[in-house]
Amino acid sequence: MLAYLVKRLGLAVLVALTVSVIAYLLLYLSGDPALAIAGEGASQADIDLIRKTYGFDQPLIVQYGDWLLKLLRGDLGVSMYFKTDVASLIFSKLSTTLLLAVYALTVALAISVPLGVLAAIYKNSWIDRLCLAVAVVGQSMPNFFFALILIMLFSISWRLLPVSGSGTWQHFVMPAITLGYYAAPAFMRLIRAGMIEVLSADYIRTARAKGLPTRTVIFKHALRNAIVPVVALAAVQLGFLLGGSIVIETIFALDGLGYLAYQSITFKDYPVTQIIVLLLSVIYILLTLASDIANAWLDPRIRVA
Amino acid sequence: MKNNKALYVGCGLLLLIFCMAVFAPWLSPHDPYFQDLTYRTVPPIWYEQGTWLHPLGTDQLGRDYLSRLFYGARISLLIGASVAVISGLIGCTMGMLAGYFGGRIDMIVSFFVTTRLSMPVILVALATVALVGSSLFVVIMVLGLLKWDRFAVVMRSATQQVRAMEYVSAAQSAGASTLRILLTEVLPNVLPHLIVIATLEAASAILLEAALSFLGLGVQPPLPSWGLMISEAKSYMFFSFWLIAIPGTALAVLIFAINLAGDGLHQWLTPQERG
Repeated sequence: MLAYLVKRLGLAVLVALTVSVIAYLLLYLSGDPALAIAGEGASQADIDLIRKTYGFDQPLIVQYGDWLLKLLRGDLGVSMYFKTDVASLIFSKLSTTLLLAVYALTVALAISVPLGVLAAIYKNSWIDRLCLAVAVVGQSMPNFFFALILIMLFSISWRLLPVSGSGTWQHFVMPAITLGYYAAPAFMRLIRAGMIEVLSADYIRTARAKGLPTRTVIFKHALRNAIVPVVALAAVQLGFLLGGSIVIETIFALDGLGYLAYQSITFKDYPVTQIIVLLLSVIYILLTLASDIANAWLDPRIRVA
Repeated sequence: MKNNKALYVGCGLLLLIFCMAVFAPWLSPHDPYFQDLTYRTVPPIWYEQGTWLHPLGTDQLGRDYLSRLFYGARISLLIGASVAVISGLIGCTMGMLAGYFGGRIDMIVSFFVTTRLSMPVILVALATVALVGSSLFVVIMVLGLLKWDRFAVVMRSATQQVRAMEYVSAAQSAGASTLRILLTEVLPNVLPHLIVIATLEAASAILLEAALSFLGLGVQPPLPSWGLMISEAKSYMFFSFWLIAIPGTALAVLIFAINLAGDGLHQWLTPQERG
């Protein structure tokens, strides 16, 4: 187990370092970053000043090394647009996005677990097909279009929920539904497939044969086993939800990391964009690391391979 | 092939949208870029004020919506197809090399895949497009260079399976070159998997382009990208909901058709997995 742990941890660190290189190099996609920051019509003196202040005159490897060393010491740099340090800026938005991701995951599971179980029990019937239809619509609908429909219904027609902002729990309802519905189909397919497999297992037949009520068999015996792969998927999906939150937070002006990412990109606030790319990647790396270690702990065969 | 309604319906819908795209110049009643400011936000014909002159109405600049919808299909299909081809070429090459040679090459490819997966596509795509400058070509290239991961993963395991087959050893002992084995023995046998992944990736690329354009960092005006049409009409949606409903539905139908065709193909190509 220890060897596996060390190997897996080493890989995680290596991936994180590679991502940090890519995140840093993003800056150079515009050609000359000093020119991009100065904007159109800046004088040569201004451009030179920016080049010197941000260290763009140094060799690339030195710039990256400096940036990374500062990061490791906890200095995430200063935002050019918000004029505050990036660390406190991100920290103030992080809780909103994490909250949204958790709510969205809850919505996704609340949709997919019952529908997945139903689809498996009534396999190949009209109920199965109806559940499949719900999943297919969720996959086909662009999530920003779905968000606008929700706004039309809940905010404009029925006046139940606020259109945008992030002050109260009401502000999270529509973003969480949009993101959750978007993530639900993947869970549903996994739960349906898992339940169908488990329901045909011998121990389920035994449980039924000894006269246990159907409800007990399905929820206590079958679902418990079918849900194991869902935990692994949940970790991965949480990472995707963080990425998907960019579009959704922007639509609802929900003041989280996703909205900040969008703002930083449109305002050319590179230090913030770089850190958010790196941060979201590191969160994903940690989530998959945790899920891999949990799987290895549960299943000894993985450790050896 | 019998009873595969998904394949028929999906391919039928796709064919319809494909025809819309190809024959857009002949089908469109108007020039999709012509602005008639006296005819702004005319509603579609199923509304009382609708007119047959503009069957789907006009947008906030008085451009014929039906014509823009037809031309928009070209953009979505172009994005889907070219991103699937570019990312397919990258991903398949990496996956085949990793699966065939194993060992160190496999480790390197797996590392690339893990790194790529850890970065959120939409964020990196947004940032890249914003920095490089947004245009249809840039969007296609960026998505193509980002979305090869699933191709690589599937090709790797498919190639590993095929590699263990006797006909590959037979080709090896007959003295065939590695490139020849990969192209004539391995590739045809993993092709079914590839086509299914290509449909999934095309659908996802179309949705990503729409999201990028919706955020103003994708295809630029006045091109009639469906995502951009929704974005431009967003502030008019309270009074003219159809302005976002029409391109939104078009997108949903296209993605639905591709997913359905993909599911149908998957069932058709791997009949033993039918559940």
